[in-house]
Amino acid sequence: MSAFAVERATRASRIAAAAAALVLAAAVSLPWWSDAGTMRLAVEFFCFLVMAQMWNLLAGYGGLVSIGQQAYLGLGGYALFALANQAGVNPFLCVPLAGVFCALVALPVAKLVFRLRGGYFAIGTWAVAEVFRLLLANVSMFGGGSGFSLRAMAAIPRATREPLGYAFALAAAVAAIAVVYALLRSRPGLALSAIRDSETAAASQGVDVAFTKHWVYVVSAAGFGVVGALYYMNILRISPNAAFDVSWTAYVIFIVVIGGIGSIEGPILGTVIYFVLRETLSGFGAGYLIALGAIAVVTMLYFPGGLWGAISAKFDLHLFPVRRWLRKRA
Amino acid sequence: MFLEWTNTVLQGVLLGGLYGLFAMGLSLIWGVMRLVNIAHGDFILLAAYVALVFGQVAGLHPLAALPLVAIAMAALGYALQRAVLNRTLGKGLLPPLLVTFGLSVVVQNLLLQGFSADSQALRAEALTTASLRLGESIAIGWFPLGVFLVALAMGLGLQLLFSRTAFGRVLRATSDDPETVQLVGVDHKRTYALAMAIAFALMAAAGVFLGMRTSFTPTDGPANLLFAFEAVVIGGLGSFWGTFAGGVILGVAQTAGFRLDPGWGLLVGHFVFLGVLLFRPEGLFPKTR
Amino acid sequence: MTLLATAGLTAFYGDFQALFGIDFELGEGEVAAVIGANGAGKSTLLRSIAGLNPAAAGAVRFDGRPVGGLGAHRMARLGVGLVPEGRRLFPSLSVEENLLVGRGTGRAGGWTLERVYALFPRLAERRRFPATQLSGGEQQMAAIGRALMGNPRLLLCDEISLGLAPGVVRSIYEAIPRLAAEGLALVIVEQDIGIALEVAQRVTCLQHGRVSLAGTPAELTRDAISAAYFGL
Repeated sequence: MSAFAVERATRASRIAAAAAALVLAAAVSLPWWSDAGTMRLAVEFFCFLVMAQMWNLLAGYGGLVSIGQQAYLGLGGYALFALANQAGVNPFLCVPLAGVFCALVALPVAKLVFRLRGGYFAIGTWAVAEVFRLLLANVSMFGGGSGFSLRAMAAIPRATREPLGYAFALAAAVAAIAVVYALLRSRPGLALSAIRDSETAAASQGVDVAFTKHWVYVVSAAGFGVVGALYYMNILRISPNAAFDVSWTAYVIFIVVIGGIGSIEGPILGTVIYFVLRETLSGFGAGYLIALGAIAVVTMLYFPGGLWGAISAKFDLHLFPVRRWLRKRA
Repeated sequence: MFLEWTNTVLQGVLLGGLYGLFAMGLSLIWGVMRLVNIAHGDFILLAAYVALVFGQVAGLHPLAALPLVAIAMAALGYALQRAVLNRTLGKGLLPPLLVTFGLSVVVQNLLLQGFSADSQALRAEALTTASLRLGESIAIGWFPLGVFLVALAMGLGLQLLFSRTAFGRVLRATSDDPETVQLVGVDHKRTYALAMAIAFALMAAAGVFLGMRTSFTPTDGPANLLFAFEAVVIGGLGSFWGTFAGGVILGVAQTAGFRLDPGWGLLVGHFVFLGVLLFRPEGLFPKTR
Repeated sequence: MTLLATAGLTAFYGDFQALFGIDFELGEGEVAAVIGANGAGKSTLLRSIAGLNPAAAGAVRFDGRPVGGLGAHRMARLGVGLVPEGRRLFPSLSVEENLLVGRGTGRAGGWTLERVYALFPRLAERRRFPATQLSGGEQQMAAIGRALMGNPRLLLCDEISLGLAPGVVRSIYEAIPRLAAEGLALVIVEQDIGIALEVAQRVTCLQHGRVSLAGTPAELTRDAISAAYFGL
């Protein structure tokens, strides 16, 4: 019996788990004690939370900076609209289907974009998003440049559709965090961290670098696809310029950078900060975006771990521990 | 019919000169310090707006303002590299990309605050509409031709700078090995800043020519980044001539696409880029190092 | 006249401490050898003197002035030249361009292309070739030439015999006394103890980041050196 034990949980994480359960209970009960406006805001919050986790998985853990994930957001939204309007599929069923669809599209796209590296990979992903945007803008079946509306939803009464949409968004948020957490604690997750730290070293240890990068990209695409479906199900109208706008990625990047890249807690914190800032500063127009951009630049330069990185380092706090600790047996 | 297509191709080649100019700055910076500036297109727009201000405030013709814009942009590039971008180098992939992405958003929104989203243009009508007619169907605009020749000259200039001058040697050495170059007395951080200043001067020219050729708004930056990037990928990394050729090919692809259907112009350009990426990822004219 | 003096010099690579307070001195025109096993800290010592590793201001004194932490390009301009481990010629440059870029220190002095070619005639034959196409020995000559073009007062040579055939090593080492005769101070880091003892006036042995032995070649016995080298 060795003198050391490998531990995976921390005291803080156990407390956090309890707190999270409380928060979850409050969230689940939200439709009963709040109004439609708050629910809509909450859906948006969950959407950004999922996107932030997905983008962080790709960039913070995988080391792959994509500024084109909005490609899958838009694709997911359009998949929802096409399936629900044209094929008559139940809109709520379309949400996971949109995720699957985006994962399938991401497979060949990955082959293409992974021929590029680093900064060129980033812009390449964006070029792909632009191609999707232009293709959909030129196809009149999907409303062309002005987009179209989700008629299929009109059939469902508001009292059902809104809480149900909210429930799906909440489920997606919880699932995203759970999936990312489980992934990172697993062997594939370890491979991912290894690649982020040093690709050649990881490869020399038998990590299949290409395969790992591919599956991270596909998972991230699926996540963004689900969000696209959820978000546009909430809005009821989609158009190419809005759905494939690079601003989506801009907001997500700010959330993850300011909250804390490379951790699970960071994107959660970042989404909260983003929404607080947005609600309090929305009157300032472009000035708000300038401030957001400047804060992100300064954060990246001086606090590369973001706000959570600073807190975590100062107090040695890990609410979602993905590493292993060596503790002496008493 | 053939003549009309020839005209289309010619227009595309001339447009490609402008794209080559867009791409040269991007290619230079990547070559020297392996940095991809996501705000590249936005700084090109900034130059156009600076020229606009010179025109409104001092009544300067855009071409007369160009040297001033170039100096101002070069100074900005030098300062930006020294104060901000040098800090992002050597710390991994994320910082340079995320910082320049943040800068992109800041620049775009600063321009939006200052100039609103209204479409603007740099006034130079007589120059930009005059053309050389070769027969019925072929018209070569003097302005696009001029831009093409300037871009060509700048490409040549850069090539000579790198291969024949002492500073070019320093640039190549710094790009090879920024640590060892210090051993011969070179301040690599200052070298990076000077390289960025040169790139910004190129971007100044690109911005002024862009503004003279077409109307612009503060959010046009990203599209220009995309064109610059596609030109670099099509042409291949490591050679200015390759970048220039890539720009020309992109210009021709887009112009041909527009001729087929106005909605498809940009798409054809993107498809050519994707095609090169799929079948010749190293580019069409790469320089092997 | 003391040209170089280190006092309590330390060096770290992250959390790992490579040097534990090195005291080292060198006078003008002297040739000193630093020997030691792999990982003893020899290259680290040279890098610290050259300014590539951070150091406290007073830990390194050049010509009496505290220069620790100034940074490598400033040290090069002050007259400290380093021939780095592994040569590290610039692959994009030809041999001649590599030599020319050595002038970046901006220092006045007698070293010109012609003098370097006179010292290493093989380089003249290959002057237009890309630096990477040279043999190991020729690359080493080019790296030394590049450092000389900066007109240094102190030349630091990091394992210039590494990977070279004995005959080639001999011909390169023939140049060392000629350089010293002109007043250039040299610190030679070597794993080949024999050749180090031949050219050096003083020998310092490092072991695990500390000085384990120092003296002139005449004073030191083979046994003492082995003990200091391997720590047996």
